[in-house]
Amino acid sequence: MTFINYASREINCKIVYYGPGLCGKTTNLQHIFEATAPQARGKLISLATETDRTLFFDFMPLELGTVRGFKTRFHLYTVPGQVFYDASRKLILKGVDGVVFVADSQEERMDANVESLYNLEENLRAQGYDLMKLPYVLQLNKRDLPNIVPVADLTAELLRKEEPVVEAVASSGAGVFDTLKAVAKQVLTELRKS
Amino acid sequence: MADTPILLHQNQYHRLKAVLARLRMDSAARVVFLVDKDGQEIAAQGEIGNLDTTSLASLAAGNVAATGGMAQLIGEKEFPTLSHEGERESIHISVIGRLLLIVVFDERSTLGLVKLRSRQVSQQLLTMIEEITQVQLDDHNSPFAGITDEDIDSLFK
Repeated sequence: MTFINYASREINCKIVYYGPGLCGKTTNLQHIFEATAPQARGKLISLATETDRTLFFDFMPLELGTVRGFKTRFHLYTVPGQVFYDASRKLILKGVDGVVFVADSQEERMDANVESLYNLEENLRAQGYDLMKLPYVLQLNKRDLPNIVPVADLTAELLRKEEPVVEAVASSGAGVFDTLKAVAKQVLTELRKS
Repeated sequence: MADTPILLHQNQYHRLKAVLARLRMDSAARVVFLVDKDGQEIAAQGEIGNLDTTSLASLAAGNVAATGGMAQLIGEKEFPTLSHEGERESIHISVIGRLLLIVVFDERSTLGLVKLRSRQVSQQLLTMIEEITQVQLDDHNSPFAGITDEDIDSLFK
C-alpha cells in the first residue's frame, strides 16, 4: 500500500519478491544491498533460520531518487519460499504495491515454480488483490546453470499476462537491477493512474 | 479488499506529531512512533538518535502480523497490544485501526504507565486516522497525476 507523506515529501511503496524455496529471492536483495551506495539504502534485515533459510522475511528500504519533488522509497521484502511457511507468506503480501516472481530455471524445480505461482495468485486473492491488475515482473533466475529449461518453455508455463520477463543470475547480479527497475516503473505508473 | 493508500498532508502530520510528543512526555518514553500495519513509518517523536526506525517499523508490523495470525488460529480477532520487556529497553505496541502505536521506553518509565497513557490517546489517534482516510477519499488533486514517463525514467539513469 503506497504511503505518501506531503510533510516529509516522500512516497513509500512495497515490493515483494516471491517464488519457490532456494530460487534466489534473498540473493536478489543481497545483491541490491551490496551494489547500492549506503546513503541510498537502509539495513538488510534477514529473519532466517540457523541454516540461512528465510524464516519470516528479508527487508531492505531503498531510495531511488526524487520525482516531482518527492523522495521515492521502496521497501523490498522477500517471503519464505518453503511450502510450510504459507501463513507467513500471506501476511507479507499485505499492502503490496508490486510483485517480482523469481522462478528457478532448473528443470527439477519446474513443478515448484508452478506450485509457488499458483500459491501467489491464491494468497493475493486472500488479501483482496488480483495478480492481473498488480505491477508484476517474472524473473527467470539461475540462467548460468547447466540443466536449465529454455526461456520459451518457462514463459509458456509461467507467463500470466504481458508482464516483463527478465533473465537473471542473482548470485552474480545479472538481471537483478533490470528486474527491480521493471517492477518499480510499473508501481510508479500505477501511482499516476490513481 | 486491500487498503487504500494513505495520503498524509502537512497539517495532519504535525497534529499527529503533537499527539505523539505529548504521549512521549506523559509516559516518560524514549521514542514514540506511529507506523501502518504494512510496516511504513508515519511519524516519530523522541530520542531517535541512531535508532533505525525504518527497520523497527517493518519488524513491529511483522510482529503484529504474526501474532495476529496466531490469534486467528485460536479464535481471537487479534491481540490489540503487545509488550516486549528487556533488561534495559522495552517496547509496547498497540493496534489502533490500521495503524500501530509503538512506544520504546527504558527504566525511566514502567509498562503500566506506558499502557495507561497509550490507551488514553488511542481514541484520539483513531479519530485522526479516520479523518485522514476520509479526506483522501475526497482528494482528487494528487501531484502524481502529472508524472511523465521521463520523470520515471530519470530515477533509473
